[in-house]
Amino acid sequence: MSESIELEIFRYCPEKDAEPLFKSYQVPFREDWVVLDAINYIKDELDGTLSYRWSCRMGVCGSCGMMVNGEPKLTCSAFLRDYSSGKIRVEPLQGFPVLRDLVSQMDDFINKLTKVKPYILRNENGEKQVEEGEYLQSPAQLAKYKQYTLCINCMLCYSACPIYALDSEFVGPAAIALAQRYNMDSRDQGRKQRQEVIAGHEGIWQCTFVGECSVVCPKNVDPAAAIQRAKVSSTMDFFKGIITLGSKE
Amino acid sequence: MKTYQIPVSNTWWLKKKSYFFFVIREMTSLFVAGYCLFLLVFISKAAESQQAYTELLVSLKSPVSILLHLIFLAFILYHAITWFNLTPKIMVLHIGEEKIPDGLIAVSIYIGWLAVSLIILWIIFGG
Amino acid sequence: MAQSKEPVIWMLFSAGGMISAMVFPVLLLITGFLLPFELAGDGTFERIHVALKHPLIKLILFFVISLPFFHWAHRFRFTLVDIGLKHVSLMITVCCYGGAILGSILTIIVLWNI
Repeated sequence: MSESIELEIFRYCPEKDAEPLFKSYQVPFREDWVVLDAINYIKDELDGTLSYRWSCRMGVCGSCGMMVNGEPKLTCSAFLRDYSSGKIRVEPLQGFPVLRDLVSQMDDFINKLTKVKPYILRNENGEKQVEEGEYLQSPAQLAKYKQYTLCINCMLCYSACPIYALDSEFVGPAAIALAQRYNMDSRDQGRKQRQEVIAGHEGIWQCTFVGECSVVCPKNVDPAAAIQRAKVSSTMDFFKGIITLGSKE
Repeated sequence: MKTYQIPVSNTWWLKKKSYFFFVIREMTSLFVAGYCLFLLVFISKAAESQQAYTELLVSLKSPVSILLHLIFLAFILYHAITWFNLTPKIMVLHIGEEKIPDGLIAVSIYIGWLAVSLIILWIIFGG
Repeated sequence: MAQSKEPVIWMLFSAGGMISAMVFPVLLLITGFLLPFELAGDGTFERIHVALKHPLIKLILFFVISLPFFHWAHRFRFTLVDIGLKHVSLMITVCCYGGAILGSILTIIVLWNI
């Protein structure tokens, strides 16, 4: 038999365990295998009780995010051959409560995603009738926000963010980046509606630009940049507000 | 539903290299504030009299002063370099469809830094 | 009301950060090495002494020194909270911004008495 590699997996069964524990499994080492393949092998051949999320196995669905040797990764994109130490530690994503084994509770992120209203918002009289045709957008207008459309909601950024780890009230990288995706979309008129969440106390102002969110993002969305740009635009809004207030008197 | 909260320790920043350097970057602000206080001392002495100023310059030749200046220089340079490298992330400029590359913006800022430094040297020491 | 105050504090932090990044390195070279060891010529006392009396120079110096104080206050405050002092975050906030205000007042006093 060719070489094998050891996987140390975080196990937590709420019905039985008071505390989580780590269980080790020997998995065959294949050049082309990713950590997800190894975990699937464990489930199929060694221990059917292991629970975890996965779907597309090609880095587009965002389901298989886990901590691999302390780094948030998509397990379908983390190759066994890159872990030369011979031992891989797999844990659920940091920052989220654990439901069971490698499955974390995503509710907090989903709630925040809903709160930032990630869809095109038009003013009361701004809605076009279907017969009037589409909202036109030039390539230059698209280029302004396109990067932020690439988010696959994998939550690796939340796991990398120390601010979120310390304070789960923080709105977080992905939610703010997605708000910016719509704020910067020329077809959208909903920026003011999102400001209460984005520019609120638990929004952009909690971010101290650690930058780890952008480092771990598998899609190069660069949420850190989105947040800093939101700080700039919110500050300009604030001063515009003061100036227009003054001119009204 | 019973969930398990993974505990976060206060030494989180010692666990990963990038977190550690982040905290170092933030701590450079202490050296910034410290140098502000020093500048106030320098200005008062320089405005007081030739004698006060000369005494100050003599004390600045001491090994302690040199060491402190080197330490402060190291931390404030780290602040400056990390600050300039992050600025392109905040100042995003597009020409039509093309985004101006981060590197180009960073280079312009560094050139600006050089220019400002040269201007200050010229102001203090003359042409 | 935190929503309305944050942009101002962030602007002060940003301005202070940019100023200290741009100006402090060369000043450190000047005060630490060029002036004490006369590496760029001597006789600068007259220039500096006269320049300091100029109101425009005083105004510039006020911003060059007080804004970095606010940069420190904002950055240090968040860092202390993140290192584990969250339970005393209100006290930290008061001490940091209070410190920056004191620093600015000190700056005004020093520049006024020139």
